[in-house]
Amino acid sequence: MLSKRNKEVLFNPLSKDNPVLVQILGICSTLAVTVKLEPAIVMGLSVITVMAFSNVIISLIRKTIPTTIRIIVQLVVVAALVIVVQQFLVAYDYDVSLQLNVFIGLIITNCILMGRLEAFALNNKPWPSFLDGVGNGLGYMLILVIVAFFRELLGSGTLLGYQVIPQWCYDHGYMDNGMMILPPMALITVACIIWVQRARNKDLQEQA
Amino acid sequence: MEELNIFIKSIFIDNMIFAYFLGMCSFLAVSKNVKTALGLGIAVTFMLVVTIPINYLLDKYVLQAGALTWLSPTLADVDLSFLGLIMFIAVIASGTQLVEMAVEKFSPSLYASLGIFLPLIAVNCAILGGALFMQQKSFDSAWTATVYGAGSGIGWLLAIVGLAAIREKIAYSNIPAPLRGVGITFIITGLMGIAFMSFMGIKLG
Repeated sequence: MLSKRNKEVLFNPLSKDNPVLVQILGICSTLAVTVKLEPAIVMGLSVITVMAFSNVIISLIRKTIPTTIRIIVQLVVVAALVIVVQQFLVAYDYDVSLQLNVFIGLIITNCILMGRLEAFALNNKPWPSFLDGVGNGLGYMLILVIVAFFRELLGSGTLLGYQVIPQWCYDHGYMDNGMMILPPMALITVACIIWVQRARNKDLQEQA
Repeated sequence: MEELNIFIKSIFIDNMIFAYFLGMCSFLAVSKNVKTALGLGIAVTFMLVVTIPINYLLDKYVLQAGALTWLSPTLADVDLSFLGLIMFIAVIASGTQLVEMAVEKFSPSLYASLGIFLPLIAVNCAILGGALFMQQKSFDSAWTATVYGAGSGIGWLLAIVGLAAIREKIAYSNIPAPLRGVGITFIITGLMGIAFMSFMGIKLG
């Protein structure tokens, strides 16, 4: 079930081969849905689901897809899964689905999906492909949650909607940093995470 | 006048990159020099101008609730809007394929210079995002939607050419090793975004 190689497939995307920090895929949604923690978690879970299953499906039919039309086939599989997730969210978590609005739809063009389908699922058996999908989805969600944690904490003083910074701080003149809610700060937060990660893993650093 | 308003607004205030972060992946990957950035920017603008009106008509006459009444009144309560995503992406993917073939046939030199970026436009979120925002904003004619598409495309083009120009200059600077490459590009984009925010709150006519 979990041979050594499968373990690497599952856990490497969490740090050394992180889809956001190292492969630079799926940036758009990382930045857009991280104002609050809750939508970030929902988005992460949706991406994990879509990725795991689209990887399995493409891997199952990988020998029958003609290479010339594979992009359209991949897009159709992903789009069908995204529609399922979208309808599920509208049915069970309407408020969050409103907050995420177009970004659930944009999972289709999330480059992590296309990237992993092209790079992994087209050449591997269904079970490793499933693990690869889950692993990369988790790596993506991890970054989403870290960024959303700092943005919600510093920007609104709350976590998951509960007030974390006590009222007396505000009484003594503490102010929420409105900058953190604005989109550009998401980019700078991700840059800081990249900085920390590359300072610890010297082999990831780029030569000037 | 209203069109001009939408045009300016979609270039500066609702800029695809700095306000919505759409098309970020190719934005970061293809911005190493100004020439390719310009080529990709033009290709994206072109795709937006072509696909947004098609998707607008599709949305208005096929997908929306009751949109099929022009076929027969019995279809008045058919709502196909849940198929929106798959229709839009199909239009975009086939559009990309067509543009690719046309460019290859009529202008091989442009085709060679764009290379891999042409097919990649199909998964550029700026284009699908444009279609989804178009649906959300519910414009009142296909012409207005086209203007919106052109504005969004030009905004994207301006952003990527600007970033490419900065990155060409920054190649000579001494950046801390862990920030080289991707890290510093993120920070530059963030700072450019803050600069673009000065357009926010501008009310036109």
